[in-house]
Amino acid sequence: MTSMTALPRISMRFVPVWRRNQLVWRKLAIPSILGNLADPMIYMLGLGYGLGSLLPDVRGVPYIVFLAAGTICFSTMNSATFETLYSSFSRMHVQRTWDAIMNAPVTLDDVVLAELVWAATKAFLSGIAILLVAWALGLTHSPMALWILPLLPLIGLTFGALGLGITAVSPSYDFFMYYFTLFITPMAMLSGVFYPIEQLPAALRALALALPLTHAIELVRPLFLGKVPDMIALHLAVLAAYAVVGFCVAVVLFRRRLLK
Amino acid sequence: MSASADRESAGEAHGSASEPVLSVRDLRKRYGDAWVVDGVSLDIRHGECFALLGPNGAGKTTTLRLCLGLVEPDGGTIRLAGHPVPAAARRARANVGVVPQFDNLDPDFTVAENLLVYGRYFGMSRAQIESRIPALLDFAGLANRADARIQTLSGGMKRRLTLARSLVNEPDIVFMDEPTTGLDPQARHVIWDRLRQLVARGTTLVLTTHFMEEAERLCNRIMVMDRGRIIAHGAPRELIAREVERHVVEVHGDGLDEWAERRAPALASRVERSGDTVFLYTPDPAGALSALEAESGLRYMHRAANLEDVFLKLTGRELRD
Repeated sequence: MTSMTALPRISMRFVPVWRRNQLVWRKLAIPSILGNLADPMIYMLGLGYGLGSLLPDVRGVPYIVFLAAGTICFSTMNSATFETLYSSFSRMHVQRTWDAIMNAPVTLDDVVLAELVWAATKAFLSGIAILLVAWALGLTHSPMALWILPLLPLIGLTFGALGLGITAVSPSYDFFMYYFTLFITPMAMLSGVFYPIEQLPAALRALALALPLTHAIELVRPLFLGKVPDMIALHLAVLAAYAVVGFCVAVVLFRRRLLK
Repeated sequence: MSASADRESAGEAHGSASEPVLSVRDLRKRYGDAWVVDGVSLDIRHGECFALLGPNGAGKTTTLRLCLGLVEPDGGTIRLAGHPVPAAARRARANVGVVPQFDNLDPDFTVAENLLVYGRYFGMSRAQIESRIPALLDFAGLANRADARIQTLSGGMKRRLTLARSLVNEPDIVFMDEPTTGLDPQARHVIWDRLRQLVARGTTLVLTTHFMEEAERLCNRIMVMDRGRIIAHGAPRELIAREVERHVVEVHGDGLDEWAERRAPALASRVERSGDTVFLYTPDPAGALSALEAESGLRYMHRAANLEDVFLKLTGRELRD
């Protein structure tokens, strides 16, 4: 720690902190997975079959198939977001777990990295759960869909990093509502979860292209449908850039909050 | 890497067993325009029990956080367990235990899991930690509560577990920020007993407190801090002898105002007032006691001067917020 604004200095000391979160989760794993799965499944099945029955094919596939690919990304994003907002805030502010850890030979940068990697781990599990359900329902058959698996942790890192930046400046749980209302929910509407972004007016479409969820979906949906995505490097780069810049900014904001 | 291996490498790093465990020179920290730590220097040797006293806002907790490398100083140098801080704070903290002011035990875990998870932050293996857990639980008086959840523990039990947790890495030095604040008298005496055991074993202790009795009973050396500066320093007895008269007569009751104004100044070398009590400080209380005997409305108590009198003399009696 040389200065508040230096780049994160991370080490493998983050692993015991990750294991701490994993040990807590293991005690409640089954209800946690079911809880995380229920909400996206209700939307996917309700809208997919209900609304889908009124719709013609979307991009050449039944609406439920189109929506399933979006739901995988949406659910992965939400899992990382909830973990880094509510759960990280509890550990940092309410339980003072981070204070205890930082009295050991672990730095704040390591703790923030552990929170990020843990959020990505949970996001990965959420994404896999939706993918399994979609596969069991026969919505995807292609082995190409297996390429979604390595993308899920990256999507988790992207939205985990953004969530940590919000947590770093949050005075209370209530603050997170702004993040959902002003960012997550509009993004879900603009990024092609529920309908193709080609349906948007030109100005909104340009905005959509700046949003990370759009790029996650541009990778996951073609793979889900058994096709090779266009512009893979660009989409990966956008997700990685949000993750790396988001993490660096979050670390600086946490230092300002906690190391004074 | 084990805690004892870390300690050996720390020993090699400075190459001398006589170096103080903690050495601070001209430490400074500023928040805005206010210097909350303003030129603090101290040396703590192996096996000492050292107390940092001061009113709220004196800079005690900030000094501890600076020593642990959790806050960047605005001036001065710190060496802790053979390492420069904050540059090598992480390596220094491998040999340090901390009991924070507010309990931050992990509420999701049992008593034993708290020790296991905390030991892993020091890079200890599960086997290493588990071999230490029985002794730590014994020390904390929680041998039969290993599987209890944190929420079911009393305040005193939580403190004892926090103390045991700070020893999981076999530290050279343990920092405690107000170790008995918020405990009832029984629980406080149990903690004091455990701290005395640690001192007897040769563990170096640094504690902040505003219980003078705590500092007087446990510590061989005391610093009084106020407004970021060290204003007195020494052994408890020595400080009392140096700073205040040997005897104190506390007076309260009806007619105190008039008596304090007319009679009190002639009866003591120093008279202080705090709320509804007048304190007479004197090397010889005989005159004051016989004069008070004759006063019908006043009640009084004669006692030996203690550290609290030193503290109040040095830091004043007005309320600190």
